[in-house]
Amino acid sequence: MNTALTSNRHYVDPAPFDPGATEPVGAENESFYRASSWQLMWWKFRRHRVAVAAAFVLIFFYAIVPFVEVIAPYNQTKRHGDFLYAPPQGIHLMHEGRFIGPFTYPYTYNFDLESFRRVYTPDTSKPQPIRFLCRGDAYQFWGLWEMDFHLVCPPEDGTMFLFGTDRLGRDLLSRIIYGARISLTIGIVGIAVSFTLGLFFGGLAGYLGGWIDHVIQRMIEILRSLPELPLWLALSAALPANWSPILVFFGITIILGLLDWPGLARAVRSKLLSLREEDFVKAAELMGASKQRIIARHLIPNFMSHLIASATLSIPSMILGETALSFLGLGLRPPVTSWGVLLNEAQNLAAVQLHPWLLFPMVPVVIVVLAFNFMGDGLRDAADPYH
Amino acid sequence: MIRFLLRRIVTMAVTLLIISALIFFIIKLPPGDFLSNQIAELRAQGESASIAKAEFLIKQYGLDKPAWQQYLVWIGVMPGPNGFSGLLQGDWGWSFEYDKPVVDVVGDALWLTLLVNLAVVIFIHVISIPIAIYSATRQYSVGDYLATFIGYIGLATPSFLLALILLYYMNRWFGVSIGGLYDAQYAGEPWTWDKTRSLLSHLLVPTVVIGLGGTAAMIRRMRANLLDELGKQYYVTAKAKGLGPTKALLKYPFRMSLNPFIADIGNLLPHLVSGSVLVSLVLSLPTVGPILLSALKSQDQFLAGFILMFVALLTVVGMLVSDLLLAWLDPRIRMGGGR
Repeated sequence: MNTALTSNRHYVDPAPFDPGATEPVGAENESFYRASSWQLMWWKFRRHRVAVAAAFVLIFFYAIVPFVEVIAPYNQTKRHGDFLYAPPQGIHLMHEGRFIGPFTYPYTYNFDLESFRRVYTPDTSKPQPIRFLCRGDAYQFWGLWEMDFHLVCPPEDGTMFLFGTDRLGRDLLSRIIYGARISLTIGIVGIAVSFTLGLFFGGLAGYLGGWIDHVIQRMIEILRSLPELPLWLALSAALPANWSPILVFFGITIILGLLDWPGLARAVRSKLLSLREEDFVKAAELMGASKQRIIARHLIPNFMSHLIASATLSIPSMILGETALSFLGLGLRPPVTSWGVLLNEAQNLAAVQLHPWLLFPMVPVVIVVLAFNFMGDGLRDAADPYH
Repeated sequence: MIRFLLRRIVTMAVTLLIISALIFFIIKLPPGDFLSNQIAELRAQGESASIAKAEFLIKQYGLDKPAWQQYLVWIGVMPGPNGFSGLLQGDWGWSFEYDKPVVDVVGDALWLTLLVNLAVVIFIHVISIPIAIYSATRQYSVGDYLATFIGYIGLATPSFLLALILLYYMNRWFGVSIGGLYDAQYAGEPWTWDKTRSLLSHLLVPTVVIGLGGTAAMIRRMRANLLDELGKQYYVTAKAKGLGPTKALLKYPFRMSLNPFIADIGNLLPHLVSGSVLVSLVLSLPTVGPILLSALKSQDQFLAGFILMFVALLTVVGMLVSDLLLAWLDPRIRMGGGR
């Protein structure tokens, strides 16, 4: 059929086609008819309130990523030997009925000889105001410049542990903020890997068909029938122990991406097959458009929107996968900080019972995963603007 | 039907063969193996007797041969040092770390893994069908929104975190420990009624934790399917003819919406098995999960390989069962002879 079409030369009117000439468009819906499909998608997405809210949440989280050093009140490696496992410290505004701005009460501790634990009690007589736009722990911004500027700093000779500290006395809030950098990028890098693989294999299967399609489909089926986690475990156990943290990071992302592409490849393939039969492709062929033009102008924009939506929906599984692997001690290793690495400390019941604030890193995990799910749902609905 | 069955079983066998090669390849990826690491360690300590034993084991399991030969011996299609003895012959190999045959190491864990996963599948179906029917028939009611909301939370919370939180609160509020699959005094005891009861009560929390994500997905899908069916004309006709609401619902749209529901077991199973491995680690359930983790960490290759094969078998057989159920339920698939 394809060859028959290209061999028969059709007459194509050189004048640009004006849809309004055949069917008059009313003024009220003219903008709708003239809008590009991306424009329509944007309009449809905007109507999905939850998805828009989720998008803002994600923008907020990702905006933190480049500036973690400035936003975190402490350096992630800074240890406070006097404050091991200190519980979260409250921020107060009023001291003895007087407003004096945000401040903390200093901690004093004594050692409980019965339970062999430090008991921290706030000393409510001395309020210590928190400083803003200030100099604090030194850090290397993006690993390039020595800086010590922070948005928020702990009081002078005081402490500010909003989420408490861990077993080495490191501020948990700062570590969660630093962990955002790794945890949030791993989802994006992982999806890039799986997106490339999915596009390649799915495109190959959908475009070439025949036995290649058959082989790729069987491959997809086999990979989809395998439980992911045990394979992730096996693959990350195979990462050499002497790799540098950065190499391990990339190793883990590739592992996460390697097992995730079958879903995307299947989506690409089926979308490609169904789009090839669509009327507008036939119309373009009849009008004498070249194959490249059909692929670039008509096919790719059409299934890209679907792909972006399904990719958005599979980022959460990447983030959760990294969290699970690091939690089990087979993923990223300290000194790299990710939310999973932080949760690794909350692995046993004793830790959770005595120091429940060690579970805090799961809050951003749940928020980000939920936000990606909501936004992905909105995108998926918007990807079909004509329905 | 028999042709359909045969074709599915052949496909399953080929799938398992490819999976076994993949698993063996992955396990062989890290340099070295348990025995050569051990020999190096023993050399450093100068213990010659143990070295001799380790070297005997290397000969015994053909670890000095090329990897592809080791693979063929492992699955049992090539004679090893002691004849054909691999997975196909029921010889699951030797665990170097425990110094016991793999069959003794995994033992009960296999059945308990099976039990946990079965319980989760049953849980998901028992819970999600009524909730989905409720949500679909009372769309946009408070209960519907509540179910959707809990569903989203269930999707977003990693199961191991949920397990940790439950562990914490169960202990704090009720003073019970929910770790393990039965009370400590029953470990190693023969199976008695008391032990079974203890098992069932301990099974509850892991089942809920592992099943929550799957339940959420199931409810969403089932609700959407049922809503589609409820809008169709045959349902309107049935109601117009005076059929009672329950009967009209259960007799036609419900049965129609059940179809993708069973087909979905296949998609669900890999996630459930993954979840059960992870949750077992947190709750220290005596399933294959914790054994797998330690075997992978110490490169105990036959043990890790067998467990990976076992979980793959679990999902592949589960998919077969779901396909067969679907064929039994839906004449269109049965008559068409599969795809």
